[in-house]
Amino acid sequence: MSALTVNNLCKSFGGLHVTTNVNLNVEPGERRLIIGPNGAGKTTLFNLITGEITPDSGSIHLFGDDITKTPSRRRPHLGMARTYQIITLFPRDSIIHNVSLALLGLSPARWNPITDMKRQGNLIERGLAALERVGLADIAERPLAQTSYGERRRVEIAMALAQNPKLLLLDEPFAGLSIDERQDVQKCLMAIPRDVTMVMIEHNMDVALEFAERITLLHFGEVIVEGNRAEVVDNPRTREVYLGH
Amino acid sequence: MSARLIALGIVFVALLTLPYWMFGVYYVNVASQILFYAIFALGLNVLVGYGGLVSLGHAGLFGISAYATGYMLQLGYGHPTAILVALIMGLASMVIYAVLSLRSTGIGFIMITLALGEILWGLAYRWISVTGGDNGINVPSRPTLLGSSMSNATTFYYTTLLVFLISVGLMWVFVRSPFGAALRGTRDQPRRMNALGYHVWAIRFWACMFSGLLTAVSGILFVYYTQFISPQTLSLTSSAEVLLMVISGGPGTLLGPFVGAGLVVVVKNVVSAFIERWNFLLGAIFVAIVILMPEGLVPGTARLWRSLWRKRAHAVTPPAAKTEASS
Repeated sequence: MSALTVNNLCKSFGGLHVTTNVNLNVEPGERRLIIGPNGAGKTTLFNLITGEITPDSGSIHLFGDDITKTPSRRRPHLGMARTYQIITLFPRDSIIHNVSLALLGLSPARWNPITDMKRQGNLIERGLAALERVGLADIAERPLAQTSYGERRRVEIAMALAQNPKLLLLDEPFAGLSIDERQDVQKCLMAIPRDVTMVMIEHNMDVALEFAERITLLHFGEVIVEGNRAEVVDNPRTREVYLGH
Repeated sequence: MSARLIALGIVFVALLTLPYWMFGVYYVNVASQILFYAIFALGLNVLVGYGGLVSLGHAGLFGISAYATGYMLQLGYGHPTAILVALIMGLASMVIYAVLSLRSTGIGFIMITLALGEILWGLAYRWISVTGGDNGINVPSRPTLLGSSMSNATTFYYTTLLVFLISVGLMWVFVRSPFGAALRGTRDQPRRMNALGYHVWAIRFWACMFSGLLTAVSGILFVYYTQFISPQTLSLTSSAEVLLMVISGGPGTLLGPFVGAGLVVVVKNVVSAFIERWNFLLGAIFVAIVILMPEGLVPGTARLWRSLWRKRAHAVTPPAAKTEASS
């Protein structure tokens, strides 16, 4: 059984076909990289998989279950987590509060209007454990407004990890990072165990190629090349549309 | 932190002993007004401050509870029945408000709530057989609580104070709770909240119901206070006034609505006796707040207090201890 199966997925905005007959099959534990030039429909594909936009046709299966019609807010409860290319965090709160919100999202306690949030079970403990995995536990109480861009990227990842996902979708986790920060993030990602399947969109080939086992190349909403690292890099079409020259 | 506790303690003691040191019955009544308007503003603050949903139709909900109380009393029912029906009517109207207006946020939400408020105002004005139209409804008596009639200004004040303190307590608990955190999350990043597994619409809906409950309670206190209700109470001006209370006091703060309500009620009732153009004064005060303390009076004062304190600390501590003092 595959972790993620996408069958003949299509989506158009008016006359613009942003996703055309995309098929994707990601095995459990796999590290998949999705590449493609700007506007190839990579983030749209993520938005379709997470349900933030509805496909025109086609189906999506998560570990064998058809989730095509499942509302996007239910999908995290089924083991799907994502990070955003444009950092989407809660800027007025502390780092630990951000992670706590991620934990709370999957807990029935999110409807509790009475108990103090800080006394809510082991929310803080589990939040700190997630921050430990990205190396931010020591500044957990810091307001998000006082953190660096690289730290925010890691908070994004910590929030996704806190939800204990089976499938993790990473949308350009290295975008806008300095070399040092990139190494920090890479370390976090490499440390994620194999029971988490990961799909990553990334432009930065140095780090991305090291990460990925299989690569899918999108171009104008279509999958044009798919295979392991060597196959895709050597494919003439990859050079033509993406790597250049 | 301790300065905040001391300030809160002083306010609390002042409120508890108010009828004993206030100049006269008139001013005790003004204090009652401040308190029930503060409950109204607390209710609106749930949506404006914590939910990021600005409603311009809350006077309609406030008024419908007031009308329901008056109408039930007019039909000859007792106070408990009238109050219960008023609460149910207020909450039922909030359900309709929420279902219609939560289809959008931002400007759309403002416009739909405004339209709903205007519809209720129109109903109050034209549905004469129920509302009495322009003449409104008179409420002949106030209830009796524990053998003490609320027609006495002091008894009414203490009843209002009790309800106010319960409301603030509820807000305090709510804000710190997971649901409160979820509501603030939907204000700041609704898309992210959805992706984290939250039902954004349902969170906003229940926040509306909490807001509706406080609004209905304040509407009932209002109608017992004035012993009269007319369409004027449901007008857009009333909705705007309570919104200004929230914004001037500090949206998303526990005590901002109380301070905002105090400001508006005092200028309207007390200062207006000395200054004929009190509306002008109120407008000038709001402009001043927006320019000097755009975050509202409560957070603005806290900010000024902190910077003042920090300056003093810097002046007396040697350079080596500076960083510690400012952190």
